[in-house]
Amino acid sequence: MADTLKERPVYRNIHVSQIVAYRLPPAGIVSILHRVSGAAMFLLLPFVIWLFDNSLTSEISFDRFASVFSAGLGFLPGWFIKLVCLGLIWAYLHHFIAGVRHLWMDMTHSVSKEQGHSSAVITLAASLLLTVALGAKLFGLF
Amino acid sequence: MSTNFGSKRIVVGAHYGSRDWLSQRVTALLMALFTLVLVVQVLMPGQMGYYKWAGIFSAQWMKVLTFVVIVALALHAWVGMRDIWMDYVKPVGLRLALQVFSIVWLLGCAGWAVQVIWRL
Repeated sequence: MADTLKERPVYRNIHVSQIVAYRLPPAGIVSILHRVSGAAMFLLLPFVIWLFDNSLTSEISFDRFASVFSAGLGFLPGWFIKLVCLGLIWAYLHHFIAGVRHLWMDMTHSVSKEQGHSSAVITLAASLLLTVALGAKLFGLF
Repeated sequence: MSTNFGSKRIVVGAHYGSRDWLSQRVTALLMALFTLVLVVQVLMPGQMGYYKWAGIFSAQWMKVLTFVVIVALALHAWVGMRDIWMDYVKPVGLRLALQVFSIVWLLGCAGWAVQVIWRL
């Protein structure tokens, strides 16, 4: 009795060190990125409001807002600010599209394995394509 | 709900998360609609600059809508961050500290954003 008890496997939550070993389906990738993008936007919220504040308060502050993307902010260079904003753009788009996917699933009960797979692929593709397009605009490619 | 206190208080059931679940979806819809309203106004003809940008937010209806969305965002992010802390942080003291931090962080940001729209 004691021997069999000792040999029983114990399953716990995935540990951080095991994350890479787990291969997630597209729906799982969308799910964890939904969480990651939300947490990132939560942490960067003061930066976003700082941008909002400077863009609206006056013409002088608007110039400061605009120059951050070229001259930088404090010790942070302009390209880094642009990169952070690109990350925020991706986070917003992914969170938005993955959220619409959730609402669509709730309303139409589209929760089969195939629908979950295809809508997850669409979510990843749409958010990345829109991020590339807006990123090109942000970095002045068009 | 009217007699849900004292000896009548319901201490079992499966509805404790449904209010959070619903509020997260309602606030998400509000923010999505706000995004569309803002994008449409930004894409309206006219050179983008301070006057066009500030003009969008100077309309009283836009300020009221933005205010509602700021409150919705704080609620939405609170439900989400609370889920994250409950999933990953098991020690009760640390979890409480992180939840208090989230509330302070979100309330502070919301107050700042409201100040920005109503001094314009």
